[in-house]
Amino acid sequence: MIDPCDIVILGAGPAGANASLSAARAGARVTLLDEQTQPGGQIWRAKSAAIIKAQPTPESDAGNTLRDCLANSAVTFVGDVRVWQIERTGDIWQVYTVADGQPGKIEAKALILATGAREYVQPIPGWTTPGVIGLAGATALLKHDMTPPGVATVVAGTGPLVFFTASEIRRLGGHVAAIVTPNTRRDWLSVMPAMLSRPDLVRRGLAWIANLTLARVPVLWGHAITRVEGARAVNGVVATKLDASGAPKGKKREIAADSVCLGNGLIPAVEAAQLAGADLRYHPELGGWVPGAMTDGSTKIKGLYICGDGAGIRGAAAAEIQGKLAGMVAANQLGFDLAPDFEALKSAHARAARFGLAMTALSLQKPGDQALTTPETILCRCESLSLARITAEIAKGAESINAIKSGTRAGMGACGGKFCHTAVARMMAASQGVDPADIPPPTARPPLRPVPASVFAEGFDYDDLPISKPAPL
Amino acid sequence: MTDSYDIAVIGGGIMGCSTALRLAEGGMWPIVLDQGDLGQGASGVNAGTLSLQIKRVKLMPYALRGHRAWEAMGDAIGFRKTGGYTLAFTDGEAELLQERQTLKSEAGAPIEFVTRKALREAAPNLSHKIIAASYCAADGYANSSLTGQYYRGRLRDAGIAYRERCGAMAVRREAGRFAVETPAGTMHARRLLLAAGAWLKPVAAFLGVELPVRVRINTVSVTERMPPLIHHIVGHATGLLTMKQKPNGTVLIGGGWQGRGTPQEGRGEVTAETVAPNLALAQFALTPLKEARILRSWTGFEANVPDFYPLAGPLPGIEDAFVLGCVRGGYTIGPFIGSLMGDLILGREPELPLFDPGRDFDED
Repeated sequence: MIDPCDIVILGAGPAGANASLSAARAGARVTLLDEQTQPGGQIWRAKSAAIIKAQPTPESDAGNTLRDCLANSAVTFVGDVRVWQIERTGDIWQVYTVADGQPGKIEAKALILATGAREYVQPIPGWTTPGVIGLAGATALLKHDMTPPGVATVVAGTGPLVFFTASEIRRLGGHVAAIVTPNTRRDWLSVMPAMLSRPDLVRRGLAWIANLTLARVPVLWGHAITRVEGARAVNGVVATKLDASGAPKGKKREIAADSVCLGNGLIPAVEAAQLAGADLRYHPELGGWVPGAMTDGSTKIKGLYICGDGAGIRGAAAAEIQGKLAGMVAANQLGFDLAPDFEALKSAHARAARFGLAMTALSLQKPGDQALTTPETILCRCESLSLARITAEIAKGAESINAIKSGTRAGMGACGGKFCHTAVARMMAASQGVDPADIPPPTARPPLRPVPASVFAEGFDYDDLPISKPAPL
Repeated sequence: MTDSYDIAVIGGGIMGCSTALRLAEGGMWPIVLDQGDLGQGASGVNAGTLSLQIKRVKLMPYALRGHRAWEAMGDAIGFRKTGGYTLAFTDGEAELLQERQTLKSEAGAPIEFVTRKALREAAPNLSHKIIAASYCAADGYANSSLTGQYYRGRLRDAGIAYRERCGAMAVRREAGRFAVETPAGTMHARRLLLAAGAWLKPVAAFLGVELPVRVRINTVSVTERMPPLIHHIVGHATGLLTMKQKPNGTVLIGGGWQGRGTPQEGRGEVTAETVAPNLALAQFALTPLKEARILRSWTGFEANVPDFYPLAGPLPGIEDAFVLGCVRGGYTIGPFIGSLMGDLILGREPELPLFDPGRDFDED
């Protein structure tokens, strides 16, 4: 058995990468894992190696700086690796991995989870049509492949991401047919005070909007896409004006397009935290169900730290700071000295989080959102289950996400419920008049990602099977 | 709440629900209480195997009738009678298979031994390393995920009261009836049936009764949808593997590999060190499975007592209280033994004898 390292970190985005750097600086031996080839996470995703030259952006600059820091540090970075199981024996964490079809196991005295977020898409008729991609998913395409999603794209959804994505599509030579956002100008005014803490980001946002305005890209404020047209491929969308509750009530507009980016904010990716034994609590302002974690990432579980968007959607700037703090405190718990700027960083975190939380607030669920999802709309795309199928199960007495899952298979497909369970829970909450806090997510089950069965056969020898006492006759 | 029922059933799995259904047929007014959702314990997370080849000799009459009960439930519970093979890969396993399946066949299970040639023709994707196999045409499976949905529907149709997320926090005997404290208030009932599966021990302890219940933590895994690989259910002479491909193409893999955890701590946990050989053995037996991806693994608690026979009868020392659980092969036998239990509580003579929970438990 190899000696356990001091700290293993899942996720090399702003939180995880900074955690690794601060822990390594304190003297800890750190292994940093990520599913991507290079560190950077979603926000600072590195471009494909096939692209030799590209104009730098603030994201690529930040990512490159981080990657340089890591390369010059004592951190062991392992990319292209997937974690499928987390266990703990005594004080030692076991992290089971798959890389290149081979099983692996990393042991560590402390575990830092920086698993980030995934996006929420409020299901609408046609959202599973080829040509519709996630809004955050689109940014991965733009950053990694520098390719727009189509010839003419409708960019739709909440928060600042619509404007960033639309601007990037234009910069990379694509055409934005329209921006459709449920947010109103008034929504944006209400978050202005919090945004002023980051004038640099406000300036960038204004630049995006100025660019889009100059290019005469229509911006439909207070609208949502209510239908994606086209059977096998997107050929347009219908956008409808929303009322104050967020329900589509007003004038409809048809917009021709061959591609759609659609997203309604981010949800903390908490499955790894669940497997590690963390309790979840419901905090809509943080994106929904979040594991209990302190500002410095520490949790009730010894040796477990959770930081970044995976602990609540507070944005990249806050994630960087919380990552640094988590790395420091994890190393300190293992006997290494606490960095002198620990306390200062703690107060910086609150300031940084203010901006991120304001952005999260723009994606908060509204009571009328549910009207966007018609009875025929697919809710669980892995198993092709419509909203009507789920409502029928509730009418038959299913009272929980687990009961719906067992009865209908919603969440039993390849995504393991990552796509549908939030939509199902929000629908249950709205239709049953139940507090979303009373609808916990389904039990997390390994593997965290689908694992090729052949991985488990590595090193298997039939003769090594345990000869157990035969069952009683 | 001061509801008063003829009987409170603690545990809304197959045992509790099937007993409640028989009791209601017999004119009693039961309430079924479950700490979680109906049918989400062992009843809903087991691998769904309905195989006479893995039943105990003495329980075979119960299993045969259990099979009939599942067949009658049919599509509503995802029942499929596929026939099943039990495989041996070594001489020792072949010997074990011969000895055990012969006894089970004598007990009434339609089990036969098949040649390797016949096996290869019927199930060409199975390993060529198999040296012996038995076959039982009565074997098949049901979809255990549907247990909760199915029994919830049956209870509702029968007008039987049930409460989910309403576990017993305390049980007292007072003034000739039972008071069950739950998060939804105190429920009163003249009789009590403990059908709490792996949680029988703490529930019986509320009444000062110590049941020698232990638990196994069985692991089950499922693959993504695959093209048709195998029609029959598959077992292994040692019991270390069960396998079946569902109509939707997913392959369910079990075999009693142990996870960890205790019922008191909540759900059990899968351990990598035991799930890996389970999945490796599955591919060893069914070679094309190596192309599949594993989507999910989970555990379920299987309760037993030292002699591995059921607890089915009066709760020792407590008048009007009963217990049903620890049935080896409980998924198969459950719907039938539940109706026997109902008959006993109704004061009728059960069709087959039950198993006195007050007996001496010698290690079998």
